Amino acid sequence: MAEYAHPEALVSTDWVARHAQDSNVRVVEVDVDTNAYKEGHVPGAIGWNWTTQLSDTVRRDILNKHQIEKLLSDSGISNDTTVILYGDNNNWFAAWAFWEMKMYGHKDVRMMNGGRKKWLSEGREVSTDVPQPAAATYHATGPDNSLRAFLDQVQAALSARSHHMVDVRSPQEFSGEILAPPGLPETCQRGGHVPHARNVPWGKAVNEDGTFKSLDDLKALYGGEGVDGSKPVIAYCRIGERSSHTWFVLKYLLGYDRVVNYDGSWTEWGNLVGAPVERGASAAKTA
Amino acid sequence: MKVEDFAERQLEIDGWPVHLISYRIGELFHCKADNVSPGAGLARTTGATREEAEQKAIARAKELLGRTRRVEI
Repeated sequence: MAEYAHPEALVSTDWVARHAQDSNVRVVEVDVDTNAYKEGHVPGAIGWNWTTQLSDTVRRDILNKHQIEKLLSDSGISNDTTVILYGDNNNWFAAWAFWEMKMYGHKDVRMMNGGRKKWLSEGREVSTDVPQPAAATYHATGPDNSLRAFLDQVQAALSARSHHMVDVRSPQEFSGEILAPPGLPETCQRGGHVPHARNVPWGKAVNEDGTFKSLDDLKALYGGEGVDGSKPVIAYCRIGERSSHTWFVLKYLLGYDRVVNYDGSWTEWGNLVGAPVERGASAAKTA
Repeated sequence: MKVEDFAERQLEIDGWPVHLISYRIGELFHCKADNVSPGAGLARTTGATREEAEQKAIARAKELLGRTRRVEI
């Protein structure tokens, strides 16, 4: 992990096994299906539900400043706590939480490399106890919207061809053959992708055990699609969680400075009246 | 409790690749099915045996995958 641009943003399962109970460390499992947490989690970890605790439940948005301060305070997290995030689905929703915490200025937040699956596959200890941490006081800054893309920014970037656009969904979603991941509800009216986007499915950034690929492999992967950090990057998927994962890879592992997560993603773009849409596979890369 | 007997395998259901992981925690086997590409979770089940947990997950995955429609491009 030392080779990455920001190795401090990642910890191994071994590290978590040794430090999960440290007084300044709070381990959080972040899932969309919180039955995962209930069946057994890293001992001492608290659980966050992406749907109800990391998103506004009325309008489609991230938490506002007051809401995240309450979540973190109630979770026993103060501004100087080391927060370790991990979760199911290869850390998709943990990556969202990482992105959201960075938007609100948390300094020491890290991801457990390999996520929940790696912890399970290593035959480690799990617990069904739900910790009740003493409330802390949290003061958020931001939100730092330089980490996020809104629709009008994506439209402007498309017009100006000023950004690399990375669609991290599966090739079948990208082409428009399917409107949602197989088995999941369709959330858009039209399939396809934002014109000129490159398709780099999130999963290409990880090894079979869910850990991130080496720096050289990641450089080759994204560089092979022309995404080399020379232009700002917009990452998107369907609802913004897979693209949080890619955002993390580009910004914290590869060290690209100007990377934003378009969390509106295809659920927004694929429902817009009159928005340009391309269908079919990625065209061969041009300079 | 430790996680024991972790296993994973891939199969195809109605033309869609599905990935299963299963493991035992205490007396209970757990199984999770995902759709491989992109890897979204489809089912999370339990059973007294691995086979029972897997069969439940496969049945649920089949139900969900059966609703997925392909669009002619």
